[in-house]
Amino acid sequence: MSHALLALQRVSAAYANQPVFTDLDLCLTPGQFAALVGPTGGGKSTLLKLILGLLPCTQGSVQRLPQVTMGYVPQREMIDWRFPVTAEQVVLMGRYRHTSYWPWATRADRREVAALLDRLGLTPYARRHIRQLSGGQQQRVFLARALVARPQLLLLDEPTTGVDLKSQHDILHLLHELNREGMTILLATHDLNTIASHVPWVICFQHGLIVEGPPETVLTPDILRQTYNADMVVLRQDDLTFIANRSLAHPHVAQQGTLAHRPRRVSDGILR
Amino acid sequence: MAFFVEPLQYQFFVHGLVAALLVGCLCGLLGVYIVLRQMSYIGHGLSHAVFGGAVVSHLLGVNIYVGAGLWGFGAAVLIQRLTTRRELHADAVIGIVTTASFAVGVALMSRVHRFTQDFEAVLFGNVLGVSEHDLLLIAVVTGLTGLVVTALYKQLLFSAFDEAVAQVAGVPTRLVYLLFACILALAILASMQVLGVTLIAATIVIPAATARLLTHSFSTMLVLSTALGGVTALGGMYLSYYVDIASGASIVLCAALLFVAVLSIRR
Repeated sequence: MSHALLALQRVSAAYANQPVFTDLDLCLTPGQFAALVGPTGGGKSTLLKLILGLLPCTQGSVQRLPQVTMGYVPQREMIDWRFPVTAEQVVLMGRYRHTSYWPWATRADRREVAALLDRLGLTPYARRHIRQLSGGQQQRVFLARALVARPQLLLLDEPTTGVDLKSQHDILHLLHELNREGMTILLATHDLNTIASHVPWVICFQHGLIVEGPPETVLTPDILRQTYNADMVVLRQDDLTFIANRSLAHPHVAQQGTLAHRPRRVSDGILR
Repeated sequence: MAFFVEPLQYQFFVHGLVAALLVGCLCGLLGVYIVLRQMSYIGHGLSHAVFGGAVVSHLLGVNIYVGAGLWGFGAAVLIQRLTTRRELHADAVIGIVTTASFAVGVALMSRVHRFTQDFEAVLFGNVLGVSEHDLLLIAVVTGLTGLVVTALYKQLLFSAFDEAVAQVAGVPTRLVYLLFACILALAILASMQVLGVTLIAATIVIPAATARLLTHSFSTMLVLSTALGGVTALGGMYLSYYVDIASGASIVLCAALLFVAVLSIRR
C-alpha cells in the first residue's frame, strides 16, 4: 500500500445509521484507470463521496498521498441547468485553487480555460448558457471544470449516462488520453458494455467489494450475477465484449456466453 | 417633475426614501443567491424567526437589533445543521425552525401585555418612522453586504451552483454559508423598520426572480436584481405617498407588477 495514491482500509459508510458498505479495503495506484461498476443504489456514488472527503467514514481510514489534488465530475442530474452561467464560467469555477483573491478572473485564468475548451472542442460554445448545450457538450464542460484544476486523481460519476454514443466514445477517448498523460482515473458507471472494451481495470461493487481485476477476468456471468443479482450473458467476439441482461437477451442466446449460432458481423458492423 | 419633488419637502419622506432605496438594493442583491440556491422560503422564514428574537430581546432588556440579529443567525445555523440530515428536506426544517421561533414571539406578546406599537412596526414596517440612527444602520449593513458579496464573489457563485464540487475544489462552503446567513440576518434586521418581517421575503425574492427572466448571466443578474430592488422601492415609496397606502405593501406591489410585466414580455 506504500505506493498507493489512495488507500481505503476497513472503511465503512452509512447514511442515518443505515450502513451502505462495511470493512472495505481498496487501493488505487498512480496512473491507474479503473471503473467502478454495480447496480444503482449499490453505493458507488457514496464511495466516490467518501474518497473526495464529502462524506465521513463511520469506521476505518482513507489515506491519500500527501498533497494529492482531486477532480470530480458529478452526475448530470445533480446540476441545476437553469442556473445563469455559461460554459466558460463553469470551467472558470474550477480554477478556484489557482486563481488570485480578486473576484474577477485573471488573464492567466482565461488563457487556461480557453486552452482546455479548445482541447475538448468546446470553443464555439464557450459563451452559451449551459442549458443550450447537448448532453455530450455539457458533460465535457464539467469534465473541463475538473481538469482545469490539473488533478492527479479524477473521479467521475456516471459520465456517459444520458449522452449519445459518439459523445460516450469521445469522453472515453479523452479519459484514455489523460490516463496516458499520467492521471489516475476512477469512473463509476453501470454501463458495462462501454467499460468492457475501454477500461483496463474493473471494480465490481455492491454494498462492498465483490471482486476487482481486468475486464476479461472480472466480467463473467458468475461475478456479474453476484454484483447485479441478475442473470447476465457475456459474449466475446474478436476483441469485443458484449453484456446483456438474460431476460432482455435475444431468444437465440441459449447458454451463458454462447450463442445457438455463431454470431457473424454483418455489413453495418452489428453482430447478429 | 413636481410629482417627484413635492414629497421631498418632508424630512420623514426623504429619510424613508433613502432607507427604502438602500433596503431595496440590499434585498435585491442578496435575493440572487437565495433564488438561485432555491432557498426562497428561507428569506420568508428567517424574517419571521427574527421577530421571535426581537420580542425575547425586548423582554430581556437586550438591544433589540443585537438580540434579533443573533437569533436570526442562530436560526440559520440550526437550519443548516438540520438539513444535513437525510431524513429531512430543507423546506420542512425551515418551516419548523422559523415558525416555532415566530410562535415564541407571538406567545410572549400575548402573555406579556406591555408591548407598544414598536412591534407593529416590526411586523408591518413603518418607513415614516425611520430615524437618522436607523438610516445609518441600514447604510452600514448595505455597505458591509456589498463588500462581503464582492469579496466572496467566486466562493458564493461556486457554492450556489454546485456545493459538493466547490467543497472538493477547496471552497470552505460551510463558512461561506455561515457568512451568508450572517449578512442575511443583518439585512433582515436592517429592513424590518422599512418593510416589516411579513413583507421582507417578497423584496428578497421578486427582484431576483425578475432579473433571472431578463438574463442568462450571473454577474448581470446581480446588477439587475440590485437595480430592480432599488427602483421598485423608490416607485413603491411614491405610490405609498400619493395613494396613501402602507409603504411596505406598495414596494412589494411595485416589484410584483414589474415581475408580471417582464413575464408577459418574455413569454
